[in-house]
Amino acid sequence: MQQEVVLAMLAKEPSHGYELRARLQQALGPAGDAMNAGQIYVTLSRLEKAGLVRCEQAAGLPDRPDRKVYALTADGQHRVTDWINDTSWPRPGLAEFHLKLIAAAAAGLADPIAITDAQRRELLRRLRDAQRAAMAEPHRSDAALLLEGIVLRLQADLRWLEACERHWTGWKDRT
Amino acid sequence: MNETAMNELSGTPLLRARGLRKDYGKDAGLVRAVDGVDLDVDAGETVAVTGPSGCGKSTLLHLLGGLDRASAGEIWLAGQRVDEMGERALARLRREAVGFVFQAFHLMDELTAVENVELPALLAGRSPRAARRRAAGLLERVGLADRAGFLPSALSGGQRQRVAIARALVADPLVVMADEPTGNLDSEATLDVLRLFDGLHAAGQTLVIVTHDARIAATADRLISMRDGAFVDQTRLTGGTSGSLGALAGLEG
Repeated sequence: MQQEVVLAMLAKEPSHGYELRARLQQALGPAGDAMNAGQIYVTLSRLEKAGLVRCEQAAGLPDRPDRKVYALTADGQHRVTDWINDTSWPRPGLAEFHLKLIAAAAAGLADPIAITDAQRRELLRRLRDAQRAAMAEPHRSDAALLLEGIVLRLQADLRWLEACERHWTGWKDRT
Repeated sequence: MNETAMNELSGTPLLRARGLRKDYGKDAGLVRAVDGVDLDVDAGETVAVTGPSGCGKSTLLHLLGGLDRASAGEIWLAGQRVDEMGERALARLRREAVGFVFQAFHLMDELTAVENVELPALLAGRSPRAARRRAAGLLERVGLADRAGFLPSALSGGQRQRVAIARALVADPLVVMADEPTGNLDSEATLDVLRLFDGLHAAGQTLVIVTHDARIAATADRLISMRDGAFVDQTRLTGGTSGSLGALAGLEG
């Protein structure tokens, strides 16, 4: 599990590991089936060692085996902000970008529409570059075929960003 | 000095719209297809307007090009008020100042490629010889000199669109307006059209393109996103960072 995803899910409020896992499962649906139960705890303990989260023993809740509550440190908060503003592509992959929008909306860190807009601008720049390169290639060269693949993939990604925008439009009114 | 050059000197936009609105129907059935659009397009600029179907982008282009009348608002082209023009002046403007490119090409089936291209020049009062010379030159420019005598039915979709682009240029328009120009084209023909637009842009032609094709949008100087009849985002795509193409092809981490 991507460390930043776990950090960003904590930005809303300090949480137990099982709460984080439930929220991730809800956000990812069947795509998250491959996520194994222990992964999130491994990630949380790494983040704790790195000083990005701190862990407190929670009082009460005797029916829960997991009593640790995780919270972001100041360093962890910085890392989350950097991650939200990062427009690299194609990494983050789809799930990571999806979770970025969910986490940003849940914690009120940023407007998902603004994140989508920034990502779209970045993809359009890449599309422009790929297309310039494709236009400069001789007709039917091998290299042009690869560039066409890049262009088609970027177009698909841009269409998904349109879907993200439709989904998140008006989210404040719905919540 | 032509009007384009004068506009560059004076620094006013070539095309300007203020408070543009277009309503269809009325009362409960009122649809505001274009809802309060302000737009400035500089001479030599390529502007793309994108948005989902039904967002009003085609209607907007029709208003800007004088193909349709606005319900409210003002439009200037090269300093002339377009929205207040009478029908005859508007028809002249469409013929001489604006070149149109449509998704479905809109070529005359019974005319050859070169006849299609020269038609607007003839309507604008050029001599048949001058019109033919210009049309032949433009067909050469779009790579179809050897197809001049062909009927549209004997041409591929991409070739028809290149004929339509040559036709749009024949009267030396101040602005070329294109409505989904690659909507009916495969990927190779799209690249041909993009190359042509790129060449026009380099030659200083002003272009306004409405499209939902991201490939065209990415080649514009300025990209405007439209939703529900209004502009929601404007982006300058010139300059800025660009990722490595290798990373996009999976070559590096």
